[in-house]
Amino acid sequence: MNTPVLERTLNKPAKFSIVDCDIHPTRRTNAELTQYMPKRWRDHMNTIGIRLPQPFMGTQPYPRMSAGNGSRMDAFPPNGGPPGCDLEFMQKQHLDPNGVEFGMLQPLSAGSSTMDLDFGAAFCSALNDWQAEQWCERDHRLRATICLTQEDTAAAIKEIERCVKNSFFAQIAVPPRSIEPFGRRRYWPLFEAAQHYGLPIAMHTHAYGPYPNGASGNTTYYIEDHYAWVNSMQTTVMSLVMEGAFERFPGLKVVMIEGGFAWAPAFSWRMDNHWSRMRSEVPHVKRPPSEYMRERVWFTTQPIEEPEKAEHLLDLIRQIGEDRIMFSTDYPHWDFDDPQHVFKVRLPEATRQSIFRDNAKALYRLG
Amino acid sequence: MKLPYAGAIDCDIHPSVPSTAVLMPYLEPVWQSTVGMIIRGIEHMDLTSYPPNSNLACRPDWRPAAGKPAVSLEAVQTQALDHFGLQFAICNFIHGAQILTNGDLGGVLCRALNDWIAREWLDRDPRLRASIVVSLQNPDFAAEEVERLAHDKRFVQVLLLSMGELPLGRRYYWPLYKAAEKHGLPIGVHAGSMFRVAPTQSGFPSYLVEDYCTQSQAMGSQLASFVAEGVFVKFPGLRLVLIESGVTWLPSMMWRFGKDWRGTRTEVPWINTPPPAIIREHLRLTLQPFDAPPGAKDIERFFDHVGSDEVVLFSSDYPHHQFDGDEALPDGLPESMLRKILIDNPLNAYPRLRETLS
Repeated sequence: MNTPVLERTLNKPAKFSIVDCDIHPTRRTNAELTQYMPKRWRDHMNTIGIRLPQPFMGTQPYPRMSAGNGSRMDAFPPNGGPPGCDLEFMQKQHLDPNGVEFGMLQPLSAGSSTMDLDFGAAFCSALNDWQAEQWCERDHRLRATICLTQEDTAAAIKEIERCVKNSFFAQIAVPPRSIEPFGRRRYWPLFEAAQHYGLPIAMHTHAYGPYPNGASGNTTYYIEDHYAWVNSMQTTVMSLVMEGAFERFPGLKVVMIEGGFAWAPAFSWRMDNHWSRMRSEVPHVKRPPSEYMRERVWFTTQPIEEPEKAEHLLDLIRQIGEDRIMFSTDYPHWDFDDPQHVFKVRLPEATRQSIFRDNAKALYRLG
Repeated sequence: MKLPYAGAIDCDIHPSVPSTAVLMPYLEPVWQSTVGMIIRGIEHMDLTSYPPNSNLACRPDWRPAAGKPAVSLEAVQTQALDHFGLQFAICNFIHGAQILTNGDLGGVLCRALNDWIAREWLDRDPRLRASIVVSLQNPDFAAEEVERLAHDKRFVQVLLLSMGELPLGRRYYWPLYKAAEKHGLPIGVHAGSMFRVAPTQSGFPSYLVEDYCTQSQAMGSQLASFVAEGVFVKFPGLRLVLIESGVTWLPSMMWRFGKDWRGTRTEVPWINTPPPAIIREHLRLTLQPFDAPPGAKDIERFFDHVGSDEVVLFSSDYPHHQFDGDEALPDGLPESMLRKILIDNPLNAYPRLRETLS
């Protein structure tokens, strides 16, 4: 995982254009972000800081196996700063050589998870302004994600209304670890707004949240935590189905980012199986859960599932539907997927184009 | 699909405890007085995971006119043992004693429960086998309980629940695993929650159907915990049986976790075999509920994805409502696998079954 790939990718021009649905921009310094905050919150950031429901300030609960909080060793910009902070270097290392036609920014904001919700809202607003000005306006291939505090829906909707005026914003970000199950009515105003503005809700795996990462408490190791992210994805989809949110909001679309997709078919069979016997408990769920999933849920590829026999991946693509899978790299993180090498099995040309480019263009109305 | 012949081994049936009062004669006097005082509050210790009147807990046509399902031997014989022509059936009693926060009381109640199971069930039908019930809160006591009962070969497994307070691979539980390995007893992990920890990373879901769907996640995480903590390195003879887990989630777990290991193995250096291989060697899963894909083709693909025809063990999950009529097997199960699932795999998973074959 630590082999430098920079030289190889630079020497080889991209064979085809792609949409990368998961790029992580970072800030070189806090000041880059706090310039967009009112003084009160700038002071808060500089004194109390970003307090999250996890034990450590400034790093994640499970130590990563590589530097830069889990980054590619070759992604540290030559001018200093953390991986992902330097647009020119990102262009040179990733966007240009990999033929990225559009790149969806996913700032791992923390604003959505701060314990002080007002600070979280201010943080998210700053992050949104920063994305637009420092990234999208400087490289028109990039698209921004509206970060918000899902726990304060009134503030979140204000933020959506503020951001939609700028066409760089292509989706809304909510972590798949909310204070209540995400399909609950508490969050419905968000779905209403998302539907109204035609914005998908992007749910990127989240390294911390208000509850343990397992139903028997916190796991010991990062290897278990990384696996458990799948569970947060399943939980979110299940709640949106079973609370009737997908039924109530026919325009609600969600994108599962960095949570894998191999789990999706089996989980949809499980929900169908038990819904069919227990549906009197949830009469508001009118159709088999798998149907809502098939229509409303998109999946990004990274970290690509690696079956022991590579051709098994084709079973998964068939079971999920090739129109619901979208390529992503997770640049600049350690488990980056290289578009040239990500699929260890040959995809039919039409499938390849759908997954690498066309599905995302259609969903986000790009180009 | 119906069972093709008699002689199947059912690895998960659920007779139930009519009330805590039946355990009184099996308690030591000092505990009789304690339990006697509090029994009005704990007369029934049914789990919130299985509300007794829900069809999760009992198929409508198996429900008696009054009282709890599957409390009488006659019902279990008529509805399950005779009806399905079973060679053996493993009784997994699900009782609150397993998850009482008070591990002293829980341990003592489990001990009484085990003696009651031997006397009231195993002694009365030679086809019955049972899991040793232990308290999750008291692993040392649990290990002692395994030692106490190990001589009785009709106990074929140790039973834990899927959602407790700690991941089950943690070293805290290892005294129990040491005893289980020594006596050739697999660790069975059955669906069920203590509800001390939120079942999901977004809290407590609203509905029972969600809670039940969530069980497969808990199973996947427990499997990850057993592997990552090195339980199978420390206890190479130990087998894990996931009971009522849903089954078809397994390949996706093996792929993701197997890949994770390649990137993060420096964190768990004792794991020097790819997790999918460890899982195929040590893990077994009971059949019902088999959260089947819509077509027979994908059922075959499932076994190909797992890379083994040895991991699935037949179970009816009686009296839980997983199928109707006599359709105890999911449609589309490959014919070539039936004998393995119904007989061979259970015999291999539970060495004590073979020892007691007449």
